[in-house]
Amino acid sequence: MIAQQRVSLFELTAEQRAIGELARDFARDEIAPHIERWDREHTFPRELYTKLNAVGLMGMLVPEAYGGVQTGYLSYALAIEEVAKVDAGTAVTLSVHSMICGAIAALGSAAQKDAWLAKVGSEDCIAGFALTEPDAGSDAAAIRGRAARDGDGYVLNGRKQWCTNGGYAGVVMAMFRTGGAGSKGISAFLVDPATPGVAVEKVTRKLGIHTSDTVDLAFADARIPAQALLGHEGAGLSAALGALTAGRIGIAAQAVGILAACLDASVKFAKERSAFGRPIGAFEGIAFKIARMATDLEAARLLVYRAAALADAGRAFAVDASKAKLFASTAARVHASEAVQIHGGYGYTTEFPVERYYRDAKITEIYEGTSEIQQLIIARSLLGRLGD
Amino acid sequence: MVIPEDRQLNIVVAVKLVPDTNADKRIDPQTRRLVRSAAETVLNPFDEYAIEAGLQLKEQLADGSSVTIVTMAPESGKEVVRKALAMGADRAVMLSDPAFAGSDVWATAYVLAAGIRRIGFDLVLTGTQSTDAITGELPGALAEYLGVPGLTYAREIHVAAGRVRVKRETDTGYQTLSAPLPALASITKSAAEPRFASLKGIMAAKKKEIAVLRLADLEIAQAVGGDGAKLEVTELTASPARAAGKTVTAADGNAGARTIVAFLKERNLL
Ligand SMILES: Cc1cc2nc3c(=O)[nH]c(=O)nc-3n(C[C@H](O)[C@H](O)[C@H](O)COP(=O)(O)OP(=O)(O)OC[C@H]3O[C@@H](n4cnc5c(N)ncnc54)[C@H](O)[C@@H]3O)c2cc1C
Repeated sequence: MIAQQRVSLFELTAEQRAIGELARDFARDEIAPHIERWDREHTFPRELYTKLNAVGLMGMLVPEAYGGVQTGYLSYALAIEEVAKVDAGTAVTLSVHSMICGAIAALGSAAQKDAWLAKVGSEDCIAGFALTEPDAGSDAAAIRGRAARDGDGYVLNGRKQWCTNGGYAGVVMAMFRTGGAGSKGISAFLVDPATPGVAVEKVTRKLGIHTSDTVDLAFADARIPAQALLGHEGAGLSAALGALTAGRIGIAAQAVGILAACLDASVKFAKERSAFGRPIGAFEGIAFKIARMATDLEAARLLVYRAAALADAGRAFAVDASKAKLFASTAARVHASEAVQIHGGYGYTTEFPVERYYRDAKITEIYEGTSEIQQLIIARSLLGRLGD
Repeated sequence: MVIPEDRQLNIVVAVKLVPDTNADKRIDPQTRRLVRSAAETVLNPFDEYAIEAGLQLKEQLADGSSVTIVTMAPESGKEVVRKALAMGADRAVMLSDPAFAGSDVWATAYVLAAGIRRIGFDLVLTGTQSTDAITGELPGALAEYLGVPGLTYAREIHVAAGRVRVKRETDTGYQTLSAPLPALASITKSAAEPRFASLKGIMAAKKKEIAVLRLADLEIAQAVGGDGAKLEVTELTASPARAAGKTVTAADGNAGARTIVAFLKERNLL
């Protein structure tokens, strides 16, 4: 069982352990047998999400009234970690989807919840997030895509870049400019990508997370109803950043999962592979790498659990989520590299999974706020906005 | 006893808690028993097929028939049992008493039979074997103690008109067997794949009952546990290390394949 591996300040409840075990068993049976091929062929396994939905893992942040099972963030982090241990691509699909579920639950009107929450929470509908544009990433307040008020609706124009799940989404939370320049001129919308005028322009090939769908969405005079507005006009950037704050728990958990997979693979290989007449794990140079990997894994896990537990307790968790993501993503990248090193030449080949972990780990330092942006958030919590 | 056709069935699934099949296992050289604390405990993977068969029967009957899980295990295994409830079983009964510790197959079957009689049953389902002891004897012994027909190695199971019918796997083919209820059937791994415990199932399982029955609650007339064990493990030896494999070197793939085919034919393996 998972509990024993996770001795920590947090005593997991039996239910949290059961959810982690469900995710682990699911990933073992439904993802692991296929992951090599999916990774090689850049497959987005759509039918996998129908199955994930059937066991309830697509509705972890959806209230029961809408068909979900509001498990809270700690259970959610455990599930993402277990999935990421087998495939980081599936984990980010799940994480982004859940982030939108959480945003609709938190910010949606009663009508929007009725229209969308049951769909994303229990009806096999995947959600996506569209903030980034070709000329606006970290500086999200610089987006230019426009939502122009027109009669009883809005008309969308612009291009959203690298929208995770975009090609398969039934709903996308998309940020557009409704007002003047700057952060106050941005609004958030719940857009059905089947709306005329919305098109998938480009599917992006990537270094890793090949099972995750990353597309550019082009909006050309796409007309959406006024009820698509999430919250009120001008509140879009704070809605997006709020969603990303919670999303970081998912991405940090994804990094923890990759790191855990690196550790398992490294321990196994260090025992099995011999050089100079002894298992390579007998060499301090290898053993110490594994010791550091295990230590950082535990530290990353604790940071993630703490951020998640704060969120579950209804306390402020933004800076904690940034710390968790910063630490876990750096650790995943560093130790994925070490895992390849421990495997030697074998680690560089597709015969062993560590080359995939190495390719997958890097993205955790980039999306949902780069590591530089996380440091900005953490530093500002201590220093304020010096010099602004 | 004849079961009326329209009565709801009490389906009882007997399960075992075993050390995690993936964990490293250790045998105590003194007691010659598996060190249970050294490995984490899970539901015996074979038994999940029996649980699935029970749940499917219940769903097909859809008449209020129920699935009860029964296991002889220490109470510390409660959370493992809850997984079966999360899969959809209605309730569970644990037969837990220090006096049961150390039971051999005979004693286990005897105690389980006492527990199952106490619960009341129409159909008892089991897996075909456990991943720890792997004797495969329990289903037969249990049917015997319950005094009901034992239909073993079922890959398909149907219940209708007060009878159970199974498609039984044998080494050479299949037998279709039928018997009146009450009866026992052991379910093979070629039956339906066990379902996942869903999130909703996990939440619902929190509220389901896990009753505990002790020695005193059961009608047990003989010594059980270590004291009553009839079987003694007298010696343990590791299986001999496998001899090194044979490497075939050949000029090309075809020649290599021919050599391998000849090698296998010589040994009647092809
Ligand atoms: C696979 C993938 C999936 C993605 N999914 C989504 C999605 O679903 N939805 C979505 O909206 N976006 C998504 N993104 C976009 C992602 O969030 C952005 O790439 C990220 O926020 C960084 O923005 P950028 O690429 O424009 O880099 P830039 O913002 O141009 O940054 C370039 C470099 O400058 C640094 N930098 C920028 N500003 C500062 C500063 N103030 N101080 C110090 N350093 C700074 C950055 O850290 C980075 O190192 C995805 C990206 C990828 C690659």
